[in-house]
Amino acid sequence: MNTLLQQFGFDVLFKGTNMLRLLGGLGVALKISILSVSISIVLGILLGILMTLGNPLINAIARVYLEIVRFMPQMVLLFLVYFGATKAFGLNLSAQTASIAVFSFWGTAEMADLVRGSLNSISRLQYETAQALGLNRAQTYLYVLIPQMVRRLLPLSINLVTRMIKTTSLVMMIGIVEVLKVGQQIIEANRKASPNAAFGVFATVFFLYFIVCFPISMLSGYLEKRWENKG
Amino acid sequence: MDINVLLEYLPLYGEAFLLTLRIGWLGILLSFFIGVACAFILYFRIPILRTIVKAYIELFRNTPLLVQLFFLYFGLPKLGFHISALSCGVLGLGLLGGSYMTEALRSGLEAVEPMQIQSALALSMNKRQIFAHIILPQAIASSMPPILANVIFLLKETSVFSAISLMDLMFTAKDLIGLYYKTTECLFLLVVFYILMLLPVSVLGSILEKKVRYAGFGE
Repeated sequence: MNTLLQQFGFDVLFKGTNMLRLLGGLGVALKISILSVSISIVLGILLGILMTLGNPLINAIARVYLEIVRFMPQMVLLFLVYFGATKAFGLNLSAQTASIAVFSFWGTAEMADLVRGSLNSISRLQYETAQALGLNRAQTYLYVLIPQMVRRLLPLSINLVTRMIKTTSLVMMIGIVEVLKVGQQIIEANRKASPNAAFGVFATVFFLYFIVCFPISMLSGYLEKRWENKG
Repeated sequence: MDINVLLEYLPLYGEAFLLTLRIGWLGILLSFFIGVACAFILYFRIPILRTIVKAYIELFRNTPLLVQLFFLYFGLPKLGFHISALSCGVLGLGLLGGSYMTEALRSGLEAVEPMQIQSALALSMNKRQIFAHIILPQAIASSMPPILANVIFLLKETSVFSAISLMDLMFTAKDLIGLYYKTTECLFLLVVFYILMLLPVSVLGSILEKKVRYAGFGE
């Protein structure tokens, strides 16, 4: 058993606190994603609502903003903010602040687009029918419009959360010590004792990301299926 | 910004751009083949293979490309599978993209209404005719928007290849910043080249999307 573990490089995980360190690294990545997700959801809902008001100036700005996010890889945005902000404004951002700023910038655009889509997808008829039935404005929103919106929005925004968690793996490229970087350190430190550690450690990292994202994707898929025909 | 610096760096970026484009297109092509094969397996409910395809999709949709690349590039050689950085990049992008393409194509195939197939049967078309003339054209039309979104997504994902030491645009930018500290020029060229890569795809994509829409039914 031990030789088998060693052959595939899983033995390093049981040495000292290696597994705990790896989980700690995952914690760093998750902390960044949770912060960015929360900021994105709040700002995204606000921007999404603003975009449906039909103000041409807001729409033009929002459009440019969404196109920038659509075209620029998150990695490029990360570089622009992390290296560019220092150069251009003399700001000395820590890598963590820079990554949270970038992921929020990106997530807000995605969220706003989802909110706008779900608001626009509710037909005008629904609103008029509710009025014809004698519901007042508050009732119309509470019982007719918002429940439909939530059903369209929730599965998609949960999906966005998994995408944001996956994207946080990029932060190792600007020097944050997260799960991949910790993995590399463990492999380096055990180069002699267990030469095959790269397989075991990276397979573990792969699996760790999977067990974080898979349940969230399942939830999103389940909600989508459940609400599909009741929209 | 210094024009001379820009001109000096231009060839370096051009080279990196071509490499990025090459990996990108090869990866997308591979992902398309994987997607078509897997979508057929799911649509025709081929036993055993279907379970494998489902597991593959969940695995690759729920992990980041960077982690997949590290596993393919640093992990697999320990088991004796040695692959070059270039083919690793193509394989990684292909596997990731394949899982997304499968979903796009499968939902396109399933979006064709059963009524259409029944009507075709009533017109005494055989199975092959139904698939080639009824299901496929409509499925392609309705899966076109997600496929194009995936292509743009995959081209953007190429930005992580610098992690496995491929000299792509990100790598070049990071390298030059580290060497000469011309941050503004380097970042400017980086942005310009990414726009150069993605803008044509986006424009061509929306033209293509309009072209195939004629296959839509009843609208």
